[in-house]
Amino acid sequence: MDFSTLGSLLGQGTLDTLYMIVVCTVVSYIIGLPIGVSLIVTAPGGIRPLALYNKVVGFIVNILRSVPFLILMIALMPYIRKIIGTGIGKEAATAALIVAAAPFVARLVEQSLLEVDPGVIEAAQAMGANNFQIVRKVLLLEARPSLLNGAAVATINILGYTAMAGIVGAGGLGEIAIRYGLYRFQPSIMWITIVILVIMVQILQEIGIKVVAKYDNRIN
Amino acid sequence: MAEHIIRLQGVTKEFDTKGGKVVALKDIDLDIERGDSYGIIGLSGAGKSTLVRTINLLEEPTEGKVIFDGNLLTGLKNKDLNLHRRKISMIFQQFNLLMQRDAIGNICFPMEIAGVPKAEAVKKAKELLKVVDLEDRAHSYPSQLSGGQKQRVAIARALASDPEVILCDEATSALDPKTTRSILKLLRQINEERGITLVVITHEMGVIKQLCNKVAVIEGGRIVERGDVQDVFARPKTKAARKLFFPDSEDSELPETRTAVRNRLRLVFDEETAYKPIISNMILATGEPVNLLYANMDALLDEQRGQMVIALSDNKEAAEKQKAYLIKEGVEFTEIEEDSDYYDYPLHGFREEESE
Repeated sequence: MDFSTLGSLLGQGTLDTLYMIVVCTVVSYIIGLPIGVSLIVTAPGGIRPLALYNKVVGFIVNILRSVPFLILMIALMPYIRKIIGTGIGKEAATAALIVAAAPFVARLVEQSLLEVDPGVIEAAQAMGANNFQIVRKVLLLEARPSLLNGAAVATINILGYTAMAGIVGAGGLGEIAIRYGLYRFQPSIMWITIVILVIMVQILQEIGIKVVAKYDNRIN
Repeated sequence: MAEHIIRLQGVTKEFDTKGGKVVALKDIDLDIERGDSYGIIGLSGAGKSTLVRTINLLEEPTEGKVIFDGNLLTGLKNKDLNLHRRKISMIFQQFNLLMQRDAIGNICFPMEIAGVPKAEAVKKAKELLKVVDLEDRAHSYPSQLSGGQKQRVAIARALASDPEVILCDEATSALDPKTTRSILKLLRQINEERGITLVVITHEMGVIKQLCNKVAVIEGGRIVERGDVQDVFARPKTKAARKLFFPDSEDSELPETRTAVRNRLRLVFDEETAYKPIISNMILATGEPVNLLYANMDALLDEQRGQMVIALSDNKEAAEKQKAYLIKEGVEFTEIEEDSDYYDYPLHGFREEESE
């Protein structure tokens, strides 16, 4: 393989991986953030306890979280094929990624919101804040640094998932690593993809740390 | 004149726990007049925090009525309750400020909730910062403020909604004595100058003494004694009240029974001397007994410090020897005048030593 072919192969792979990461992270947060918030709000001792809802949703999140991603993805393939028309490629993989990542995001959000001092919530209630105001102005704002931290963790995790999705032909760097490194035994190409993946993780982590520091008023 | 701003009628609060029902409050009747600074004192677990939370219905009573400014609060829908809550502010032991907002932002918060336009809210917040003497910290975040400054921001926040009442839940319990004094002064000023009714929950009678005109003593979820502070202090009727006012004198012992003792010294133990058996050694070294009248180790007021009131030997020479021994051991002491009431020291003793 000549240099420019390799270059365009890796370039396309990187773009595909970025596409999957961005779409999956955004959609997972659109789904996972409200679920995480709702789990905190409806928990026993929460601002609007709803035992049944909390148990049922908590259970579903737990189930989805406990199935290993690779197996979940393979299990979902037939359904994804029915819904979006194809079981391979980055679109299909992204759909599977979202099913796995959204519950993960919900738990991360729940953990972050748990860190908010109950005393501050009580103070807001004493001021006559309604539940919507408490969620928007107290929970989400007070937990902002932790939520951003969680977002960095989620993104890096999703990056890992995209690589795994390469096994079922998702495209992206993961598939290149598996196809060339494993099936065609060209370890040098695999190593290049590994380096690119590591660099991506490092960049994401750095961005995460910087953003969290910028938005955390407890430290500065 | 005697208008009741807060009335609790037959308020009972039960909690369901794994071990069965726990009665936190039992049939509480309480009338608080407008302009009062009403202290509610009790040991921890007596139910005082639950009681104050029933006033703004953070805790919904199992039974009974809560009436605020002529309005029945119990049974109201959240939406209507929230409107009344804006007139009942609250300050807390742990301040409960928003960590991600600066001082101005925190003070604006209740106004934001009430829908006050932002420019107006900021203007008012700045004025309130002046009231609490923190103009220069407008853009500091809580993590950059000391405990006393945080409580000042919390007080400004409490004033932002122009409340009728401020509920103070152990508002000075996390503060050092000097800061406590300045916060109590500020609260008193707010009570006197603005006519805002205060409900003061505390376990320290010093707070009651410095801030309140009325007091109720709560024990085991019941109010066992109440009245004007002066009366209750001078003639506590119940054991519970005596225990709170004179925490370390055995229940029945009233201060007047002991003030006749002569030759009293008040000793102050610092971190070094607090754990040494100084009194025992002194008795062994001088061969003369002392009478131990009062002793206390207080972690709250001043870490690792203790104090003790002893009566030296009646024998003058022996008494001098005992004093010399104390000096040698490096124990601070002061002689107490014959007519002073040493039972006041537990609360104010350390405060005398501070300078501004």
